[in-house]
Amino acid sequence: MATEAQGEEGGLVFHPMDQFIVKPLFGDGPVGLFTITNVTLWMALTVIAVVLLMVLGTSKRSTIPGRMQSVGELAYGFIYKMVEDVAGKDAVGFFPYIMTLFMFIVFANFLGLIPMSFTTTSHFAVTVVLALLVFLTVTIVGFVKNGAGFLGLFWVSSAPLALRPILAVIEIISYFVRPVSHSIRLAGNLMAGHAVIKVFAGFAAIAVVSPVSVLAITAMYGLEVLVSFIQAYVFTILTCVYLKDALHPSH
Amino acid sequence: MATETTAGTASTSTCVVDGSAVGMPQLCFDWWPNQIFWLIVTLVVIFFFLSRIALPRIAAVLAERQGTITNDLAAAEDLKAKAVEAEEAYNKALADARAQAQDIINQTKAEIKAELDDATAKADAEIAAKAAEGEKKIAEIRANAMESVKDVAKDTAKELVSVMGGKADAKSITAAINARMKG
Repeated sequence: MATEAQGEEGGLVFHPMDQFIVKPLFGDGPVGLFTITNVTLWMALTVIAVVLLMVLGTSKRSTIPGRMQSVGELAYGFIYKMVEDVAGKDAVGFFPYIMTLFMFIVFANFLGLIPMSFTTTSHFAVTVVLALLVFLTVTIVGFVKNGAGFLGLFWVSSAPLALRPILAVIEIISYFVRPVSHSIRLAGNLMAGHAVIKVFAGFAAIAVVSPVSVLAITAMYGLEVLVSFIQAYVFTILTCVYLKDALHPSH
Repeated sequence: MATETTAGTASTSTCVVDGSAVGMPQLCFDWWPNQIFWLIVTLVVIFFFLSRIALPRIAAVLAERQGTITNDLAAAEDLKAKAVEAEEAYNKALADARAQAQDIINQTKAEIKAELDDATAKADAEIAAKAAEGEKKIAEIRANAMESVKDVAKDTAKELVSVMGGKADAKSITAAINARMKG
C-alpha cells in the first residue's frame, strides 16, 4: 500500500497512514455498523490466535506440558500473578476479564506486525472502548464495594487539611484523564511505530539510501516487537492498578 | 471538499481520497461504529473462550501438577525416612554383631586362660611329683653308694691289713671305717 512511495509525479510520496484505513473486505460499499471489514478479519484472526494458544494448546491437559501448553500456562501465570500482586487477592474474580484484555491486546499487537496486516489496536476506536470499559468497571466496582467511601480516593487524608481540596481537584482531574491516557498510550505507540516504518519504507525507493532505510526498518521492527508486548503489559498492569484503587480506595 | 471527496471515492468514506487517507484514519468517526461493534464481538468471544474453557482448564492442570508434585515430594520424603530407618537398622545390626563378636572373643579368651591355667597347674604338679621321685631315687642311690663305699672300704682295709701281715678282726675294722667316714 503505502510502500509504493513513487507517486505519479515521480517524486517521493509517502502514505504512512494508509495502512490504518478501514475498508470493506467484500465490495466497495460504505463502512456500516455490521460491514465485514479488515477490522473484522484481523479481530477474527486475533480470536483464532487466542483460541489456538489457550484452548487448543491446552487441550491435552498434560501434567508435563508441551510447547503450546507451556506458553499458555506462562501467560496464565503471568497475568494471574500480576492481578494478585498489584490489585490484591480479592481482585482475582476480575482475572478472566483482565486476561481477556491482555490476550486481545497482545495478539492484536503482534498480528499487526505481520507485513501488510491491519493493526486493530492502533485505532482509537478500539483502545478508547477498552479504556472506557476499564474506567467504567473500576468506577462501578468502586462505588458498589465501598459506597460513598470510594470518594475517599480523592480526599488525601495524609495531606495537611488546607491542601486537601486542591489535591482533591487534582485527583479528580487525574482520575478522569486516566481513560484518555490509557487509550492514547496504546494506540499512539502502535500507530507511531507503524507509521515510522512506512516512512522509512518510502525512503527505500531511493537506491542510495535504501540500505540505510532497510536497516532502519529492521531496527524499528525490533523495537516494535518490544513495544507490542510492553504496551499490552502496561495496559494490563494499569488496569490492575486502577482496579486496586476501586477495591482499596484508601491511600 | 465534501463534494470533491464524494466525486473521487464515492464508495468508501470522506476520510479516503483516491485510495489514500486524509489525515489520521484513527480520527475518522465514520468507521468507529464498525470498529466498536467488531471489537465488542471479539472481546465477548475471547472472554467466553477464556472464562469457560481455557482458564478453568489451565487452573485444573496447574492444580493437578501441584498435587502431583506434592505427592511425589511426600513419597520421596517417605522413602527417605525409610532409607534412614534401614540405615539405622543396619548400624544397629552392625553394632550388635560387633558386641557379640567381642563377647565371643572375651569368652574364648577366658576359656583358653582357664584351660591354660589348668594345664599349667597340672604340669607343675607333675613336675613336682617327678622331682620328688627323682630326689628320692637320688637319695636312695646315694645311700646305696655309701653302703657300697663302706663295703669296699672294709674289704680294702681287710685286704690291706692282711697283706701287711696282720690279722684284723672284722669288728674293729668296721668301727674304724665308720669313724673315718663320719669324720
